[in-house]
Amino acid sequence: MTQRLFMKGNEALAMAAIEAGCRYYFGYPITPQSDIPEYMSRELPKLGGEFIQAESEIASINMLLGASATGVRAMTSSSSPGISLKQEGISYMAGAELPGVIVNICRSGPGLGGIDASQADYFQAVKGGGHGGYHIIVLAPSSVQEMYDLTMLAFDLSDIYRIPAMVFGDSVIGQMKESFVPNPRPRRELSPKDWVVRGKGSGAQRVVKSLYLGDGELEAHNWKLHGRYGVLKEKETRWEEFLLDDAELVVAAFGSAARIAKSAVMEARGKGLRVGLLRPITLFPFPEKAFRAVTERCKKVLTVELNAGQMVEDVRLSVARDADVLFYGRPPGAGSLPTPEELLVQIEKNY
Amino acid sequence: MARIEIEETRCKGCGLCTLACTRKLIAMSETITKQGYVTAVMTDQEKCTGCALCAEICPDVAIRVFK
Amino acid sequence: MHQVFKKPVSLKDIQTHFCPGCHHGTFHRLVAEAMDEFGVQERTIGVASVGCSVFLYGYFDIDVVEAPHGRAPAVATGVKRARPDSFVFTYQGDGDLAAIGTSEIIHAANRGEDITVIFVNNTTYGMTGGQMAPTTLVGQRTSTSPYGRNRSKDGAPIRMAELLAQLEGVAFSARVAVNNPKNLMDAKRQIKKAFRYQVEGKGFSFIEALSSCPTNWGMDPLSANERVGSEMCSYFPLGVFKNDSGL
Repeated sequence: MTQRLFMKGNEALAMAAIEAGCRYYFGYPITPQSDIPEYMSRELPKLGGEFIQAESEIASINMLLGASATGVRAMTSSSSPGISLKQEGISYMAGAELPGVIVNICRSGPGLGGIDASQADYFQAVKGGGHGGYHIIVLAPSSVQEMYDLTMLAFDLSDIYRIPAMVFGDSVIGQMKESFVPNPRPRRELSPKDWVVRGKGSGAQRVVKSLYLGDGELEAHNWKLHGRYGVLKEKETRWEEFLLDDAELVVAAFGSAARIAKSAVMEARGKGLRVGLLRPITLFPFPEKAFRAVTERCKKVLTVELNAGQMVEDVRLSVARDADVLFYGRPPGAGSLPTPEELLVQIEKNY
Repeated sequence: MARIEIEETRCKGCGLCTLACTRKLIAMSETITKQGYVTAVMTDQEKCTGCALCAEICPDVAIRVFK
Repeated sequence: MHQVFKKPVSLKDIQTHFCPGCHHGTFHRLVAEAMDEFGVQERTIGVASVGCSVFLYGYFDIDVVEAPHGRAPAVATGVKRARPDSFVFTYQGDGDLAAIGTSEIIHAANRGEDITVIFVNNTTYGMTGGQMAPTTLVGQRTSTSPYGRNRSKDGAPIRMAELLAQLEGVAFSARVAVNNPKNLMDAKRQIKKAFRYQVEGKGFSFIEALSSCPTNWGMDPLSANERVGSEMCSYFPLGVFKNDSGL
């Protein structure tokens, strides 16, 4: 019989990181993600790993940078204000082609904002939150099961493409308890990390860096990174389709918003409305082709987000030329989480 | 009997070696190198004791010492 | 006749980009000599910082990770924890370590990370063109303190070697200079001592290296060298401030 566990999303994520071989965690407490460092501080020492509660988010991301440079699997986690602080290090990691997993259990902002569920950091996550014009891999779980599975995937994709990967959740997904199956780490072909610093031994010097000053060097480096983003788009895009075949209206939503939207879609179906859901699982690479394909037939997309409209821009860029893209969302904060009934009203209005 | 070799292509002409030499055997050249530096020159090899202080103080590792 | 002084093996045979008379080159060599002496070149991972010291990998024949500005001690922490058998050192300037990176250096030191930090203090931001640093002396004119560092507005220069020596996690802290043969030979001893601390697994070791910056001080190399002894050493006294294991 398959073992099922009943745990918080944040704990499932931490458990998955360990299953994926992560033995190094660096972090700093912030609500609503502190279950992750707490779990890691308890479990990693038993496994011969290292847990450091760093002096800041900045130090945490740079410890991750250092550990990743030696080739080990390592992780940091935080929530929005802390992720802002990590952007410097994420940019350096992206520039130096370092893998590493960064978890953002988003809270609402701007500024100190609040601790409620939010998707207002979508732009920051998918557009390259730091300087320099880069992207990172962004995975958006919408269940505790996905907190578990996508965390393992984040480690694999990050290693394969040498791009930092972010697991992008919020307090709904992080704090709720749900049953899930703790799947074993998938078998995957991973190339040897022949670029890591370990002490040169008798071989040639290895350098992990993002500084390129030679004529044409940096441009070539950037084209190489952008080429890799293209490969990601081709090969690693993931999404869920729900009742799309006959849909007259497609609801687009990710993460916790997609859960609420799914309930609304089912209620709409109960009322005889042909409504479906397209849920991006990878926010970068964005499932452009999926949106293009569905809007060849269905010309109406209602994007629902826990923010004032961010992913809707990527939806607009992806759909067929004659499709209408509508938006419903509310800036996050206490009391602003929409109910399925509220979304149903929007579906009926726009159907 | 000791000898120093000053590698002209490495020397940037800072002159710190002229301070370090207790016998004041090193001076700066009259001519400039391709890179535009006046370089250190040994004026009296015979008197060199091979103490290597000139080489120690040289920021550019431009001096080799033999003894 | 045999060669009694030669380039250390851990140093590449490459001319540095450092300005004439800059002491960075000397400190690079002393660090490389210590690496050779302890035979750690092959297991060393250097952490380069931002500033004139960024090209560490260009001059040392060792594995190197480049850190964001000020973050080298955090990067070194990650490296050392993941690879405890490696020899890990950072090489940072005063803007890097004593301004933007104060949090990282203090906490890495306080945790007692088993790493060695070489901190080059030349009282200015070298790479960016001679702006005021946390170590700039009172009255010193720089490109952002054109009227001289004002103690009441800018504060007094920070003495990092003494400050860090206060922390329980620090095993060894010393300030050295290379402006004359006597100081230089002592600097050599202290740097080796700092290395010995890590080689023997005895904790965090810190070297503050006083350096000239002729270009940004607007001085010729000999006058700049002279200033290290006359002005810097009187405010930043040379010496050992912590030597836990008495090495």
